Amino acid sequence: MTGLLTILILLGITIAIWQMVKIFDLAQANKDTSQIANDKDNSVHGYLMLAFLGFIYLITIISFALWGDLPLVSNSASEHGPEIDRLMIISMVVIFIVQTITQFLLHYFAFKYKGEKGRKALFYADNDKLEFIWTIIPVITLAGLIMYGLFTWNDIMNIDEEEDPIVIELYAQQFNWKARYAGQDNVLGKANVRLINLDNANILGLDESDPNAQDDIITTELHLPVGKPVLFKMRSQDVLHSAYMPHFRAQMNCVPGMITQFAFTPTVTTEEMRLNPEIYEKVRNINKIRNENSKKLQAKGEEPLDRYEFDYLLLCNKICGKSHYNMQMKIIVETEEEYNAWLQEQKLFKNSLVQN
Amino acid sequence: MSAHVDTHTHDDDHGHHHKETFVTKYIFSQDHKMIAKQYLITGLIMGIIGILMSLLMRMQIAWPEKPNVIFEALLGKWAPGGVMDADIYLALVTIHGTIMVFFVLTAGLSGTFSNLLIPLQIGARDMASGFLNMISYWLFFLSSVIMVISLFVEAGPAAAGWTIYPPLSALPLAQGGSGAGMTLWLVSMAIFIASSLLGSLNYIVTVLNLRTKGMSMTRLPLTIWAFFITAVIGVVSFPVLLSAALLLIMDRSFGTSFFLSDIFIQGEVLHYQGGSPVLYEHLFWFLGHPEVYIVLLPALGITSEVIATNARKPIFGYRAMVASIIAIAFLSTIVWGHHMFISGMNPFLGSVFTFTTLLIAIPSAVKAFNYITTLWKGNLQLNPAMLFSIGLVSTFITGGLTGIILGDSALDINVHDTYFVVAHFHLVMGISALYGLFAGVYHWFPKMFGRMLNKNLGYIHFWVTAVCAYGVFFPMHFIGMAGLPRRYYTNSNFPLFDDTQNVQVLITIFALVAGLVQLVFLYNFIHSMFYGKKAEQNPWRSNTLEWTTPVEHMHGNWPGDIPHVHRWAYDYSKPGHDEDFVPQHIPLKDGEEELQH
Repeated sequence: MTGLLTILILLGITIAIWQMVKIFDLAQANKDTSQIANDKDNSVHGYLMLAFLGFIYLITIISFALWGDLPLVSNSASEHGPEIDRLMIISMVVIFIVQTITQFLLHYFAFKYKGEKGRKALFYADNDKLEFIWTIIPVITLAGLIMYGLFTWNDIMNIDEEEDPIVIELYAQQFNWKARYAGQDNVLGKANVRLINLDNANILGLDESDPNAQDDIITTELHLPVGKPVLFKMRSQDVLHSAYMPHFRAQMNCVPGMITQFAFTPTVTTEEMRLNPEIYEKVRNINKIRNENSKKLQAKGEEPLDRYEFDYLLLCNKICGKSHYNMQMKIIVETEEEYNAWLQEQKLFKNSLVQN
Repeated sequence: MSAHVDTHTHDDDHGHHHKETFVTKYIFSQDHKMIAKQYLITGLIMGIIGILMSLLMRMQIAWPEKPNVIFEALLGKWAPGGVMDADIYLALVTIHGTIMVFFVLTAGLSGTFSNLLIPLQIGARDMASGFLNMISYWLFFLSSVIMVISLFVEAGPAAAGWTIYPPLSALPLAQGGSGAGMTLWLVSMAIFIASSLLGSLNYIVTVLNLRTKGMSMTRLPLTIWAFFITAVIGVVSFPVLLSAALLLIMDRSFGTSFFLSDIFIQGEVLHYQGGSPVLYEHLFWFLGHPEVYIVLLPALGITSEVIATNARKPIFGYRAMVASIIAIAFLSTIVWGHHMFISGMNPFLGSVFTFTTLLIAIPSAVKAFNYITTLWKGNLQLNPAMLFSIGLVSTFITGGLTGIILGDSALDINVHDTYFVVAHFHLVMGISALYGLFAGVYHWFPKMFGRMLNKNLGYIHFWVTAVCAYGVFFPMHFIGMAGLPRRYYTNSNFPLFDDTQNVQVLITIFALVAGLVQLVFLYNFIHSMFYGKKAEQNPWRSNTLEWTTPVEHMHGNWPGDIPHVHRWAYDYSKPGHDEDFVPQHIPLKDGEEELQH
């Protein structure tokens, strides 16, 4: 019933707008009926073009003022992060300059050369020199950005095995993440989804006879020691997922049937990050928002929201089904001692199996 | 290659012999002008559905917890108590994308204006094959109907994103929408592709063979160049999507393993082995990226024509414009990998695709600069079509520039699949192409319906839309750079993103206003179709041949001989002429020189 009512109301609103437009339409029927822009239209809309230029600049300024602290271009928590951030800032500056100039020219010309009866436009069809200039400028600018980008990309994607990285598997399934540590030998045991045996809790399909698998450790939180290179091997058991770790400027898809990889070195522990002034401020702001929302909830007799504390996160960033929006895992970066102590407490794979 | 087609033999037929019934005139018409109108109206109806879906999504994102009576009314069992179901949210994401990209901006835009303008602007009586043209439209219609029907299946419409990556799209166990809804999606798209191919072949053949005397390739209006090259891209890339769709159908229904391997889902191991989802991604994006230009080039072609006409000035750098259309078309087929930097493909390929992708910025920049120079020292007639064209250049620049970030593999790592991407492609292809569609409708409405659209309603439509388009998509870059993933049903499970929520609300408000103002356009369109002011033959004082045809439509377009062409399409404000335009069929004066192209 409410459904029908709502549809009727929406229909009513549509008709109301329709009628308003019609009235507007009829009201001006007696005036100029040519429906082709005359000098007055050109003048009005020429000025509006100028105003629109102002609007574009204004929305740019407002966006930077209000939301300029949102973008992840500082406080990266990985070794390669500042590289990406620097390239990002350089690209943004280039874009900003080009955007400001070209939008100015476009809208200013639209204003300046608004039509007048009797004036004739300049017959100006070609200028090879001019066109050469604005072909070559983008070529040079882009060549610079491409070079910089490619060096950064190669740097990030070429994994240096000699650094002896800690090998960790990220395992994705609808709709949660698991991490598998390689254990003492730093070699992940063989695994395939065909070996999954829920009866004895072999949930990731490890090869139970593989000696390398015995000391593997499966967890639901991702702990990383600070300052150590980590090599992630990604696996998915069902559909595509994407392991997105925004604070580390890291992302790689998890693809059923193949193993993908990504490596980085975390540089800032969770504790240190919480004390970072910018992050501290961000968290304070978020808690302010949450407090206000909590008040509204409590007024309705519902549970208030939890206090937010900063944590690194691993998010799923490839559409993967119904609960895609809630597929996450906490990441904790800590000192090596803390990391080792935590690892000690975890169950080895061979001990985690349920004996029938 | 000059095309002389002797059409005199047909001349006597036209306008006399055809006894037309309602069915042959309005339904199974083989007349390109009627088919264009059919495309436009079908495209607009699909557009209404697509835009409505985006508004539902925006409301869900802005106010995720609140029960919403509109959801309850429109989504029925998918919004029990007015709370939207997470599955239907993904379905909305999927169908909105599919409808807007394919049904509105491919068929609705290119289908409409290629059909309307190719014969009229090159001086042909009709398309090379009117029959194929009719089939092409009806296949499009059929695929639209199937797509709409898919919204009503029990387990929900396709919900794997418009890219329908397997395994999600292949396994009904993974998602309700991957059942009958996905089957219908695939069938609809297969038919759509057939329609698109028939249309494109027709456009190519017509442009190559049916140009009137004197209409050399270098005298073609830029609209025709854009439609022609678009058709070529379509013929090259759409079949690849068809193959991907067919292989996916095989995987879904016949147990093959093209895209699937090693899958354990809902407690059971599936038999698939040896396939790769990455292969699907390659096949999909081999169409998917050129598709961006299939959508965009016709809009740019329309813009070229509208800007030159209304600036009363030749388009600046005609040769460079043609060269950049061709360059964009070529490059568009070798950049698809930039959608897959982090798909698990070899990082070296990522480097190659970064290189080719940033190259495509060069012809795009040339086009933008040439538009701006065309305005310089013009005598701008700011008609609604002109405003939409200038708006297109503006959003094309704003949206295109952020492509420099997304095309750079190193930067893509951290903004891939975030709202930054959503903002980028909506501005550069969504809004730009929509503006192209609107510019085309405002400019050629007199040609299509013999009546004028109301200009003041057009002005309101443009300005409100223009402000809202920036209001929606400009702030969106910022929440994207904050790391907020797209396609999340709600962000309330991530306190980390709580500070982006007020931006989401603002965006939704702009989106709702933008949606409402389209009603003004719809009113204008429908009302003017019947009651608009009668159009003169050449209301915009334009040079191209379509304005030499009578206002009343007739088979064969011209009552007498087809005019011959003596000059290019852009002799606006040419010195030595009294008028500020010299149509293409006017012979050169004694001693007048044609520009060398």
